Amino acid sequence: MKSAIGSAAVLLVLMLFWQGLHLAVANSSLPSPVTTLVQLVALFGDPDFWKQTSQTAQAFGAAVVLSTVGGIALGVLLGMNRTAGSVSEPILVNLYSLPKVTLYPVVLLVFGLGISARIAFGVMHGMIPLTLFTMNAILQMKPVYRRSAAVMGLSPWQTSVTVVLPAILPEVITGARLGVSLCLLGVLIGEMFAARNGLGYMVMHAMERGDMATVLAVALLLAIFALLVNSALLALDRAWRH
Amino acid sequence: MGRPSFETRPAAAPQDEAERVANHGSQPMTRAGWIRLLVIAAAVAVLEIACRVGWIPVTVVIPPSAMATSLYDIIASGTHWNDILVSLRSVVAAAVIAVLLGFLVGAVIHAFPVVRGAVEPLLASYYAVPTFMFYPVFIILFGVGSGAIIAIAVLLAIVAMISATLTGLDRIPTVLGKTARIMRLGPVERAFRISLPAAMPYLFTGVKLAVAYAFIGVIASEFILSGAGMGYAIAYAYNNFNNREMYGLMLLIVLVVTVVNTALDTVDRRLQARLRR
Amino acid sequence: MSVALAEPAVVAAVADPHVRLTGVTRVFSRRGSTESVHALGPIDLDLMRGEFFSVVGPSGCGKSTLLDVLAGLAKPTEGTAEFEGRPIDGVPAGVGVVFQEDASFPWLTVEDNVAFGLRRAGVDPAEIARRVDYAIGFVGLRGFVDAYPAQLSGGMRQRVCIARTLVTQPRLILLDEPFGALDQQTRLLMGDELLRLWRETAATVLLITHALDEAAMLSDRVGVMSARPGVFIDIVETGWDAERDSRIVSHPRFGDLTGHLWEKLRTESLKHLRDG
Repeated sequence: MKSAIGSAAVLLVLMLFWQGLHLAVANSSLPSPVTTLVQLVALFGDPDFWKQTSQTAQAFGAAVVLSTVGGIALGVLLGMNRTAGSVSEPILVNLYSLPKVTLYPVVLLVFGLGISARIAFGVMHGMIPLTLFTMNAILQMKPVYRRSAAVMGLSPWQTSVTVVLPAILPEVITGARLGVSLCLLGVLIGEMFAARNGLGYMVMHAMERGDMATVLAVALLLAIFALLVNSALLALDRAWRH
Repeated sequence: MGRPSFETRPAAAPQDEAERVANHGSQPMTRAGWIRLLVIAAAVAVLEIACRVGWIPVTVVIPPSAMATSLYDIIASGTHWNDILVSLRSVVAAAVIAVLLGFLVGAVIHAFPVVRGAVEPLLASYYAVPTFMFYPVFIILFGVGSGAIIAIAVLLAIVAMISATLTGLDRIPTVLGKTARIMRLGPVERAFRISLPAAMPYLFTGVKLAVAYAFIGVIASEFILSGAGMGYAIAYAYNNFNNREMYGLMLLIVLVVTVVNTALDTVDRRLQARLRR
Repeated sequence: MSVALAEPAVVAAVADPHVRLTGVTRVFSRRGSTESVHALGPIDLDLMRGEFFSVVGPSGCGKSTLLDVLAGLAKPTEGTAEFEGRPIDGVPAGVGVVFQEDASFPWLTVEDNVAFGLRRAGVDPAEIARRVDYAIGFVGLRGFVDAYPAQLSGGMRQRVCIARTLVTQPRLILLDEPFGALDQQTRLLMGDELLRLWRETAATVLLITHALDEAAMLSDRVGVMSARPGVFIDIVETGWDAERDSRIVSHPRFGDLTGHLWEKLRTESLKHLRDG
């Protein structure tokens, strides 16, 4: 509760800072928070906005599902074998810190200009952290857990469901938290470059027209959405970690 | 690359101690390292064959050998030196600003628990915000050019440094603070001779991440909305159907980033090894 | 209140105590609570120059608080603490402390760790080299001068800390369960090293420990503390001569001594166990 008040205070400070920038910038080409909110409300009444949102939502949803399933599966696969784990970890870490945007043209060349390219790009972003976290969680699981399970006479299936899964779940959720935000980033970057629909395109298009209020309104909306999703997963993370 | 005093390891050290050192010794090349090299080489070879045979059309991916010759041409001809310099300058500027500012902000937040309680929950969610969306704002503030790009990259990189600073300052063992008092160190001496070196492994992890994020921020901004730099050069080549040049540039970025990140990671691991207790 | 189990040891002249605590208490308030905790005292204690004094007591009885007061890390709430005739205000010069936790600096080699205090005090380099070499040799780490703490075992790291304290030639050495994390055999051997150190430096030593055998083996006198707030309920003179070492554990009187200490401590430890 106390931290919620603190966070609210920080957000208030940020708003004031924004307002200050608005006043400081010449000709106020930077819209004020109020203008932005008004524009956001106006967007809610605009059918085109909803069309773009649904485009982004579809790509984002598909990317989240694919990278979650794929990331956990790959992580489990690599985590089962110590050698596979230590061989792949540095490669994955390097892929994670690579500016993946450089590879976007390849994705476009492979998948074409449609929505599948954006989904693939989102998966490229989101899958790596999930794989890494799942893999490391399995590799670093305390050996005593497995030994206890063996002593209690659990079958391999029982062991995976009642011991391994709960033991690695917190780490997997941490990975999912990173993965989901990166999926969104991937999809949006994809839309900002060489696309004709989606919120990312909408921002680019508005920018070209000099419609800064729309740019900021959409950016703000996406930031709030990302923060909410992340907070929800963070709460889940804390609950599982005890 | 072996640890300097590997051979002076205590003969009578307990078993786990010996294992610890052995596991951590970054010997010239581990078995996993060789396998990794083999896996990458095999992947490159498969791609090469697939392209040569025609399973993958040249309009989609060119063979790795062609990428390499393209990269050679790019470097030899010097056509893109300006783009390379522009990008690297932005990355260095962004990384330096993010590290210094991030450390400063982290230290200040650490000093005021009330501020920290308010800011920390937001820090955990901050990276989730798609920062690139705010790029237009920075163009208004800094104009079109390096300024806005550096600002985006700093925004992306700074939180890693802030978090690392907080962790580092938290993890300074209380007993070292007590020791500093027993040795009657003044506040400045204590900060530079105890706190800073004790926190250094964590701080360096922050530096490593900040550099990686600075690369991502700079290249991505250039790619989407700029008229110069390596990111822009790739986008330009793509839009002009110049696949050969595009793949050469991609290879260049992948190599540069991999080398820089690996070098930082090696230092990072050395520093982390100190913390093993 | 002292109980001599055998013929009383030769005690130095009473006239000039090296350390004097008079009516020392320590009360502190818990963070975020108005409730205050009476941690220690009142304590009256005189330590003679060159004496080896141990403190045993149940967990949480304020042993470490007592050490903090002597080290100048904490101020007594009431009463006075004096070292060499002067009230303790801040960390006094001439005091060395070895903590229970590993306090070696992980970013420095063994040699640099040990030399740390001398270098910043601006001691002549040749003198530093001589003293550091002696201290490292004393704790048996000659083969490890260039090793980093992460490459050493826990016992070896604790010896680095002892050497680092030793080079500054403290006149009062305070040890807060320095061997707490070590196994029994290593503890006995470290005890021997400590006794040797004590004899060679002629320093006054105050050792906080939870191990009764350690206290009985090492000390001239053992102070038994009560559960919180910690006060001395007994001070036992061991009567060993200065040339003792760990082999006295087989001395017939050693069992009586630890038995006596446990008898005093048992009720207090039970109190702690029940109160949580």
